[in-house]
Amino acid sequence: MSLTTSGLASGRLSTRRRVTNAVALGLLGLAVAVAIIPLVGVITYTVAKGAGVLSARFFTESMRGVGPFDTNGGVYHAIIGTLEQVGIAAMLSIPLGIAVAIYLVEYENGPLATVVRVLVDVMTGIPSIVAGLFIFAFWVLAMGQGFSGLAAGLALAVLMLPVVVRASEEMLRLVPAELREGAYALGVPKWRTIVSVVLPTASAGITTGVMLAIARVAGETAPLLLTAFGNDSVNVNPLHGAQSGLPLFVFNQAGSPLPVANQRAWGAALTLIAVVVLLTVVARLLTRRNQLAG
Amino acid sequence: LQLSVKQPPDTANAPPRRSNRGDAVARVLFPLAGCIVILVMGSIAALLISRALPAFRSGGVHFFTDKQFFPEEKKNGFGIAALVFGTVTTSVIALLIAVPIALGSALFASEVAPRRVGRAIGSLVDLLAAVPSVVYGLWGVIFLIPHIIPVERSIDSAIGGVFPPLHSRSGAYGRSIFTASVVLAVMVIPIIAALAREVFRQVPRSHREAALALGATRWEMIRLAVLPFGRGGLVGAVMLGLGRALGETIAVAMLIGGSYVINWHVVEPGGATIASNIATKFGEYGPHGREALIATGLVLFAITFAVNLVGRLVVLRSVRQGLGRA
Repeated sequence: MSLTTSGLASGRLSTRRRVTNAVALGLLGLAVAVAIIPLVGVITYTVAKGAGVLSARFFTESMRGVGPFDTNGGVYHAIIGTLEQVGIAAMLSIPLGIAVAIYLVEYENGPLATVVRVLVDVMTGIPSIVAGLFIFAFWVLAMGQGFSGLAAGLALAVLMLPVVVRASEEMLRLVPAELREGAYALGVPKWRTIVSVVLPTASAGITTGVMLAIARVAGETAPLLLTAFGNDSVNVNPLHGAQSGLPLFVFNQAGSPLPVANQRAWGAALTLIAVVVLLTVVARLLTRRNQLAG
Repeated sequence: LQLSVKQPPDTANAPPRRSNRGDAVARVLFPLAGCIVILVMGSIAALLISRALPAFRSGGVHFFTDKQFFPEEKKNGFGIAALVFGTVTTSVIALLIAVPIALGSALFASEVAPRRVGRAIGSLVDLLAAVPSVVYGLWGVIFLIPHIIPVERSIDSAIGGVFPPLHSRSGAYGRSIFTASVVLAVMVIPIIAALAREVFRQVPRSHREAALALGATRWEMIRLAVLPFGRGGLVGAVMLGLGRALGETIAVAMLIGGSYVINWHVVEPGGATIASNIATKFGEYGPHGREALIATGLVLFAITFAVNLVGRLVVLRSVRQGLGRA
């Protein structure tokens, strides 16, 4: 019965409609292919070019005293810079971002919350170079602190904050009201309810959001140019003096016309992609295990 | 937890003093966090404006009309006309390339492919967004430019005569506005696609089923039920993609020729955007030039602010309407 009706239905379709449908769906499929080709292209090309460069020496040497034609030199100083800069950004923006989200979800009332919500939206759209310019104008010019890893951390924190707020806000809203009401009914004060009931329930989702935020800022180059500035030597102190960073290293080595430098750029790019993609994939797997998002 | 649970029942009406103090602190602390956001945004605007003022003043009207941007060499009369042209042109071309691909792949993922496949496509496209822009820049310099030159040459010889933007008068191609736009397109596709999938998810199932029940083909269902419903949200998604393209820095800085010209022949080498210009010139400029760069950054901030705001509003309105209709 169903066979005959579906046969009839397709029999009634005019050839023109059937062809239009097939062509349109084919074009949509093509769009998927075109969207994914660059991803596959960039990743395979980077792996092909960068894998040969990676070695123990590459990760333990800096660029100090490396001449333009030398084949040695590595990313040690850049990795230290990136770890410190992203670490500073995370330390500043994660607690603050979660606090802002708690404010918006648990205490939201009045015009102040609306203003904060709109500003977080605006912050999401700040171009990374503008965040760099701001910290340059604030920390380097106005405060007279000079270029440093801390300045880079501040710029990255400006970029990371709205992402953390958005993700945490979304997760806090998913926490069922019954959980809060249950705690209140037991006489638990509001702040304890937030700390011991709401936050633990939302923690898996918040962790995912935070990891995606870290992955995003770890690859940022533009703000580093204006705040960490770049350095060929190891600078362990984030509070003072110019520092390098993995993305900045890729940018500088890619700008050189020499193949030796470009090779180092590929090695660093592969390291960077590995870190960022690993963070992203782990974050996505965490989402899958999170009951709230299910 | 045991703290307050142990309170005797007769104090139930008046909450325990101890927790009261904690709540009082919390009621101050969390709004304070919100105020920090306001403070940061306020100081971004204030600082950029105050640092940019000297450059605006010395540039005067020329700041907006002059094409040449040499604030170090020329203390008066440097302008961002060519930079704004480059910024807008690269972003618009990028959108022309990215929007059909992003919407097409989002439609395929949500309306055509089986659920599982659709989700896999979604996360693959999302992964595109995770690749740092400096890596796209590196890939563009080493791989794309050598490969795009012959393509541009053959496009030019095919339609360059009728369509001047794709014609290179010098016969040179490569580090052009067009090449930068192609890489920008790759970078905004995942952003638009992710938002578009979100929009399509809002389309009520009943609309789709109604179209199919009336005998529509799958494409007719998309055209008659899915697209009209999501139109507002899609406009918003494209605006947010535009906001991202306008501010994208490093990949463009690595790929664009870097010259202050307003040139409609977009495949010819040259051109610069506000963001790419800041990245390439910051290191070599002194205090005066850096102030001029901050002034250009303020203009970029204003443009992206406006675009993002409009985008958010459109998305918000369409989601609200969607909920009302559903």
